[in-house]
Amino acid sequence: MSDVATRRAQRLADEPWEHAGARSSGFGGFLASVRDIWQYRELLGRLTKRELKARYKDSKLGFVWSLVRPLTMLFVYAVVVGEFLGAARQIENFGIYIFAGLAIYTVYQEIVGAGTSAIVVNSGLIKKVYLPREIFPLATIGPAMFTLVIQLAILIIAAIVTASLHTGEPGVGVMTFGMHLLYAPAAIVLAIIWSAAFALALSAINVYLRDIAYLVDVVLVLVMWGSPILYSISMVEERLAGGAFEWLLPVYVNSPVTLTVLGFQEAFWQAGAATAHVPALWMNMLISAGIGLLAVYVSQRIFARLQGDFAQEL
Amino acid sequence: MTSVPIVRLDDVSKHFTVRKDKSLKERIVNAARGRAHAEHFEALKHISLEIDSGSTVGLIGPNGSGKSTLLKTIGGIIQPSSGTVERRGRMAALLELGAGFHPDLTGRENVYLNASILGLSERQTDQYFDAIVDFSGIEQFIDQQVKFYSSGMYVRLAFAVAVHVDPDLLLVDEVLAVGDEAFQEKCLEKIRSFQLEGRTIVLVTHTLSQITDLCTRGVVLSRGSMVFDGPPIEAVEVLRGGFRSQREYEDARKEHVADVAAQEQLERVTIDAVRLVDEHGSTTRSVHAGSDVTLEVDLTAIDPIEDWRLGVSIANGFGQTALFTTTERLGLDPKRLAGPARIRFAMPDLHLGAGSYVTSVSLERRSGGELARAQDAVTFQVDDDGASVGIARTALRVHVEPR
Repeated sequence: MSDVATRRAQRLADEPWEHAGARSSGFGGFLASVRDIWQYRELLGRLTKRELKARYKDSKLGFVWSLVRPLTMLFVYAVVVGEFLGAARQIENFGIYIFAGLAIYTVYQEIVGAGTSAIVVNSGLIKKVYLPREIFPLATIGPAMFTLVIQLAILIIAAIVTASLHTGEPGVGVMTFGMHLLYAPAAIVLAIIWSAAFALALSAINVYLRDIAYLVDVVLVLVMWGSPILYSISMVEERLAGGAFEWLLPVYVNSPVTLTVLGFQEAFWQAGAATAHVPALWMNMLISAGIGLLAVYVSQRIFARLQGDFAQEL
Repeated sequence: MTSVPIVRLDDVSKHFTVRKDKSLKERIVNAARGRAHAEHFEALKHISLEIDSGSTVGLIGPNGSGKSTLLKTIGGIIQPSSGTVERRGRMAALLELGAGFHPDLTGRENVYLNASILGLSERQTDQYFDAIVDFSGIEQFIDQQVKFYSSGMYVRLAFAVAVHVDPDLLLVDEVLAVGDEAFQEKCLEKIRSFQLEGRTIVLVTHTLSQITDLCTRGVVLSRGSMVFDGPPIEAVEVLRGGFRSQREYEDARKEHVADVAAQEQLERVTIDAVRLVDEHGSTTRSVHAGSDVTLEVDLTAIDPIEDWRLGVSIANGFGQTALFTTTERLGLDPKRLAGPARIRFAMPDLHLGAGSYVTSVSLERRSGGELARAQDAVTFQVDDDGASVGIARTALRVHVEPR
């Protein structure tokens, strides 16, 4: 046997035994999985690039299309919901208002929506190569961030333009600079934590129950209307206050989607608007992030439990 | 210390539950009816196995015997229902060439993507990139989208990536059967160099000649159980014989020496033994190209027979006939055959390509109708001289001359 072979054998003799696949349970298993995923972080980047490159493949306008969709939505909501249905009468600068909410909601929509089917879509790889499978639902975060950046660019430009139109009343319905802008990154982090938690668990369950993907589509629409994106939170407060369903209000306000939407509105639409309704928005977001991390842990455990049979269920 | 264990399987079992109701509606409906719409299936039963570094293990068995499941269990792609699978060192799995190739990306982007799927960092891929492209032989197409590749180019690139990830343990599933002859030979060459470098290879294949050519150890699976573990040539025999357990195989082999196991007594003629002997007259299982060998067939005609002929076929591991002849073709006058007799086919200067071959003999009436048959009676091995591949071989020479 050659020298290379002998050296290889000696090196292997010193290497520790590892379990094939990931099977350890409890918190140790969670940490081991996180370590595995961290080792594959380059792949996350590669998968993101793959997704983005494939998204507008062969189209002449390419990434321009990723601007067209949000702009159309902005236009439709601003004109139809705002002007025709009259929502704009109660909310100043309605275009900016809805777009702030929609921009952050798209993060949930993309990560949870695409993440749920991520395992099934990548079944070819999962059946043939071992790698931490959590990669696939998590790889939907990158493209979602890309969309968010584009939408934020539109949002900020629109906010600056409207700011120049409303020169007389600074701070009302226009973007201003200040500490409240920090709500935006906080909302993004919160959105990522929660949508990653849902994407992980749902992607694993979707392997066994393919209906989940369709169900998620429907629920995502419901959740969009269940958060103060196209209407003001004060409308909900008025309806629920004093009624039989008053107990629903804290649930509504503290849902991660509402908190992040409020964070974005606070940052880009009107400083002090959201904090008028939720005085300790910071604290609520922090607590929600904590619970969100716990949810990530739980759903990773669900994922780990279910992934053993992925290869034959796909 | 030249070899250490690299894979350890301890009492590994795998049960599949095959559910027929995938959708929510079906599940609810079936739950209401109280019917279990699931079938249990045992793919692996109590497999314990230790694989040493530097060895090449062939997993063989009929379709559905669990060999691919076992390979995937070692690879961590399937979790066992019970038992443990442990391994060490870097592993690469060649379960499907080009798993993870994206048709819309260029060859270059796919190399990076696939390498990172196989666990290579970007810097390492940079290092290997030229070697990968060189091995694949498709430099001028590397910046084209792979959807425009021919299937051959696709496979070449994928194989090139997989063998350059520097694995200690390589899992190979059937993929060596793709591509043209030249490419297959390139793959086999790479595998041989892997063996020299002390890498461990576990391969699943239906091409039995690959087992005898490449492997140092053969494992035979049948219906999820391991029925044989030992030298590759014997493993192939076990599979051919369809033996269910190692003991059964050994019992059968003892009988085989006295009597050819697979024979069928059709009339009162028996084929007692079939042997391959070398020029010194001793039984052999390995043949050098160009040597003189003789196939001996011992018969007993309990009832005398008049118009007979004996046919002999030699087939390679792919089941292709390399040689077929009969006593009639060779012009042997069929004298009356009564009592014990020995028929000798002299095969001087036998030139067969490297690989394993199996010989079957059959005794029949010239007017038609089989009298006796010994299927797969002798397995033998033709050594490799490295000069050529393929089923035919001759004493090749080459030179250049002015003209």
